[in-house]
Amino acid sequence: MKNLKGNLGTILGCALILIWCLLPVAWIVSLSFKSQEAVTNGSPGFFPSSGGGAGWANYTKVLKDDQFRQSIINSIGISLIATLLSVILATLAAYAIARLEFRGKKFVLTTALVIAMFPVVSLVGPLFDMWRTLGIYNTWPGLIIPYMSFTLPLAIWTLSAFFREIPWEMEQAAQVDGATSWQAFRKVIVPLAAPGVFTAAILTFFFAWNDFVFGISLTSTDKARPIPAALSFFVGDDPFSRPASVLAAGAVVATIPIVVLVLFFQRKIVAGLTAGAVKG
Amino acid sequence: MTSAIANEAKAGKGKKAKAPTSDRSRSENRLALKLVALPLALMLLVTAFPMLRALYLSLFSYSLTAPDDRKFIGLDNYVTALTDSLFWKDTGNTVMIMIITVAFELVIGFAFAMVMHKVIFARGVIRTSILIPYGVITVVSGFAWQFAFSNTNGFVNSWLPFVGDDFNWFGQYHSSMIAIMASEIWKTTPFMSLLLLAGLAQVSEDMLEAAKVDGATWWQRLYKVILPNMRAAIMVAVLFRALDAYRIFDNIFVMTAGANGTESISFLTYRQVIEQFQLGIGSALSVLLFLSVLVVAFIIVKLFRVNLADARQEG
Amino acid sequence: MATIEMKNIVKKYGDGFPAVNDVSIDVADGEFLILVGPSGCGKSTLLRMIVGLEDITSGDMLIGGERVNDLAPRDRNLSMVFQNYALYPHLTVYENIAFPLRLAKWKDKDIDAKVREASKTLDLDEHLERKPANLSGGQRQRVAMGRAIVRDAKAFLFDEPLSNLDAKLRGQMRTEIARLQKKLGITTVYVTHDQTEAMTLGDRVAVMKRGILQQLATPRELYEQPVNLFVAGFIGSPPMNFLPATVENGEVTLPFGTFPLPADKAAKTEGKGLLMAGIRPEHFEDVSVIEEGKLDSTRTFAAHIDVREWLGDQQYAYVPYEAEAKVQDQLKELARESDSDSLRTQLVVSLDAASSAAEDSDTTLFIDTDKMHLFDPASGDNLTVGL
Repeated sequence: MKNLKGNLGTILGCALILIWCLLPVAWIVSLSFKSQEAVTNGSPGFFPSSGGGAGWANYTKVLKDDQFRQSIINSIGISLIATLLSVILATLAAYAIARLEFRGKKFVLTTALVIAMFPVVSLVGPLFDMWRTLGIYNTWPGLIIPYMSFTLPLAIWTLSAFFREIPWEMEQAAQVDGATSWQAFRKVIVPLAAPGVFTAAILTFFFAWNDFVFGISLTSTDKARPIPAALSFFVGDDPFSRPASVLAAGAVVATIPIVVLVLFFQRKIVAGLTAGAVKG
Repeated sequence: MTSAIANEAKAGKGKKAKAPTSDRSRSENRLALKLVALPLALMLLVTAFPMLRALYLSLFSYSLTAPDDRKFIGLDNYVTALTDSLFWKDTGNTVMIMIITVAFELVIGFAFAMVMHKVIFARGVIRTSILIPYGVITVVSGFAWQFAFSNTNGFVNSWLPFVGDDFNWFGQYHSSMIAIMASEIWKTTPFMSLLLLAGLAQVSEDMLEAAKVDGATWWQRLYKVILPNMRAAIMVAVLFRALDAYRIFDNIFVMTAGANGTESISFLTYRQVIEQFQLGIGSALSVLLFLSVLVVAFIIVKLFRVNLADARQEG
Repeated sequence: MATIEMKNIVKKYGDGFPAVNDVSIDVADGEFLILVGPSGCGKSTLLRMIVGLEDITSGDMLIGGERVNDLAPRDRNLSMVFQNYALYPHLTVYENIAFPLRLAKWKDKDIDAKVREASKTLDLDEHLERKPANLSGGQRQRVAMGRAIVRDAKAFLFDEPLSNLDAKLRGQMRTEIARLQKKLGITTVYVTHDQTEAMTLGDRVAVMKRGILQQLATPRELYEQPVNLFVAGFIGSPPMNFLPATVENGEVTLPFGTFPLPADKAAKTEGKGLLMAGIRPEHFEDVSVIEEGKLDSTRTFAAHIDVREWLGDQQYAYVPYEAEAKVQDQLKELARESDSDSLRTQLVVSLDAASSAAEDSDTTLFIDTDKMHLFDPASGDNLTVGL
């Protein structure tokens, strides 16, 4: 009896979690199928009203939009490059932090911690100024560099937490077996750390994909503007009323890569998110 | 106890590193410095250097619309900012958002964590769905909630019994703030619950069974066994989330653009620098924003006695 | 194959505390040497200095006559079995064993021959394609040994290799290691905190305490002629009994009575005040099982047995006694140093299985004072060593 009650509670809790997580997503999907006329005239309610549906019209519209298409390319390119570079650098740094004894380790860790908590907005002024001087304002590198700097702490933490899981003895065993430090790293640590590196890459990609502050501050045209910024500037044909349903379609498109990553790698992502939070 | 010993051992090794006695430790030190140099330089290039530059610029009256009129004015920008009621109102907004959202996230996130800890079936489904709000772009979350609260196209009004169907949530301060915080809480609670779930997993079943045998009720187990043992996990989660919430910007930008006095301190800074090109006063605000984050971090660390080594993952 | 010479080896950490202090040991070619001691005695540090995973603060480490202080581990050509085996989880058993050879860039054909040979020796043939995660503790242990024997290393080093196995497997693996070492005839240094492993495996055993070498001797010598209280208490299970004693007129006075002492022992200890007598459990016997006529009645005493443990082939009986606070403190200190607890002052005696001494009853016991050692309680030195 008691067990049944506990189970019911758990099931109810699961249902609540699912509703919490998926309802707003379902809502924006539903909104993206409302026709533009219905939205302009007012179409309250969760689902498109009868006759107020738009089919795929909003999606074709958003995908035909040059600005939006360019912003997708920008986001994918910038996020991927930033992720790749950031993870490579973070792997080296995390290896040093987790495995080697050296002066200044505390400094590196503290710097990473401070940067992870840094109020991003307080940097956009000076960066705006600097980037214009350096000529990388409104370019891909102009976003890739700050994305790297701000994803490095996350990646370094996640990776050093993963690296710590690999027992010390493993690497020493490799050295006794005749490996140089570099061989021990490449032949023993890298294969063992690969899953962690992959996880760090996904988290880094999420961060870069999600960024908004740099995206609107350090770009001025669609030449480098990423999706979040493009969405917020999206006005459509009629500047006086925001095309909610087209925007929703754009939002859904922007969310698809995230959902795909989550579907395939949920286990790894959870491991990565919590690796730094709790010491085993 | 164990961590103290580990720290001592580390201190010992640290000293060893200062006086390398063989090829091995010397090369270890060299290798490590090589490995961290580039990431460290990059992190500092985009943070420390601009911050110093902001500090410098904040001493000038400097507008990009009239760059030639730049002149040194000492601390006047700070005086202007600190005596302006808008600065204090926006700081108040930010602090309020931080406290309310983190409190909600903590309670709901803990409830979610308890459910996920218990659940034995469909773990993959739950985990997948919990990650979706985490992964969704904040801007998208802002739009979703903005439209959900909209009185022309949303569903919230028709679903909430005590609100009229044509109530305009974005017509006044309080309801606008509720909408903003709803989006913020929705997006970040799952992350909080994952951190807490990891902490929960560290509380051993044996200990809980021992408490059961000792006669503790469910609430007593929660308060006297589970929570004290999760303290470190909770504190680190609160610290990170609070500082994150203090930077709130995306949701406000998308949902209200600061209308009805819903501006946050980040938004004010952004508006001065990027929209109005006031680099002088904007830089002063940047410095103040940075300092206030430090103050918030300091207060949380001191108030809850968070062990920073936990956050830094040492020991 | 090589000798290992340690000359005045010192290891100091940052706080200046010497983890290993002035240790000199020569390991002969092909010898099986055990480093044993309680946790924190520096035995593992010493081993790691041999293999090159710890720096040597001062002193010389010679392997095969060559000074290796500044050589990296890979240049020392030693092989080591770690406590947690340190198997590479991403590699199969085959590749784990082949790993050192691959690093040395051997040809595939030669590697295969070597790995097959090692796997045959260690009975791993059917597991070669499995990953370490799918192996039992004993199998992992064998893979770790396979990785060690596959290359022609100058010496084997073992760091508490059996401590993660259950008691039964530990016994089997112990025999296996001994057999392998005999067969390969390779110099071996083996660290353990388990005195049974130390006694059964080693040609010689080095007992360490707080970084200092206490005694380096054969197992038999350690057991029969311990140089000090620490070694006497650490080696042997159940441990040697320590009793307050005074020697006068060729007789030793213990809490249970006064007994005659052999003349040579008496000569060295007479008139030195309060001493510590050490006598092993098997040097007592129940008088009722000793053949008539063989009994020396001057060396018997009445004892009150409170607990008896019957093990089948023998039995242990516990005889509590009162001791002065000073003696008690010293016994406690001694117990603490060897990682054990002493709850009360009691005598442990090993009786013949045939003895029918009952619990909570009085029995007459025989004490063999010929085998007794007498220690200086202040320095801990054995005053009767060699006698």
